[in-house]
Amino acid sequence: MAASYEPGAELPELKITPDRFLTVRYAGASGDFNPIHIDEEFAKSVGLPGRILHGLWSMAQVARAQTEAAGGPEKLKALSVQFRGMGLLEQEVVVTSAVKAVDDGVATVEAEARQGDTRIVRNAVAEIALD
Amino acid sequence: MPVNTSAVGKQYPPVTYAVGREKVKEYASAVGETNPLHLDPAAARAAGYDDVVAPPMFAVVYQSGAVMPGIFDPEVGINFAMMVHSGQDFRWERVVVAGEELTTQAKVANIEEKGGMGFYDFEVVTQDAGGATVCTGIWKMIVRGV
Repeated sequence: MAASYEPGAELPELKITPDRFLTVRYAGASGDFNPIHIDEEFAKSVGLPGRILHGLWSMAQVARAQTEAAGGPEKLKALSVQFRGMGLLEQEVVVTSAVKAVDDGVATVEAEARQGDTRIVRNAVAEIALD
Repeated sequence: MPVNTSAVGKQYPPVTYAVGREKVKEYASAVGETNPLHLDPAAARAAGYDDVVAPPMFAVVYQSGAVMPGIFDPEVGINFAMMVHSGQDFRWERVVVAGEELTTQAKVANIEEKGGMGFYDFEVVTQDAGGATVCTGIWKMIVRGV
């Protein structure tokens, strides 16, 4: 069931907690085997707190929040994001989204993905086709 | 050391990607998709598609092989150890389904330096077997300390 797209409306939140093997599965699924995502010792050796989430996995959560709110994958016409803070395993990711504008059958949605106070995907802008 | 902008406009060879049902399901599961359109061929067919539908962000999978030669191109000159993926844009013309063959070409859209950091944008266009664009991506990389 599609959400109601009115300017200013908040869309349903998406929450997901990546388990400790998520980055391994995503590496295989996406083909991104950068060791900062899958090798704890390597990640620490380059100054990270440990293995970090793939930014594009986090972006996929923002996309999923949009397709679930809009009622299907074909509704998502565009998505642009910035990656900033590091995403960590075993911490809940929360995607929030709000309708910025509706014009000519297209809703512009602003969104972000957070873990606690850390915004791991920011300034996300999605275009949603409305039927 | 200033960034070298001579590679702006450079194009890389097209890369063909065959969208496979099990790969779509594997990707969909890894990103937490529960919509049966992505996971169940019967559900996808019942909705009018030929096979499982790739989640929009599956664009990462069919485009990355085309953009990597640019990221590692010595003429572009990215210091991979200091690179971060800073942003990503996608625009989708339609969804793709398993069984399709897609062709993707990347080019260097922009290189510039701001505040001691190098900004490298790659424009990546994916077309279907009929030559129609299905997805355009802008892959944005930042390199610290150029």
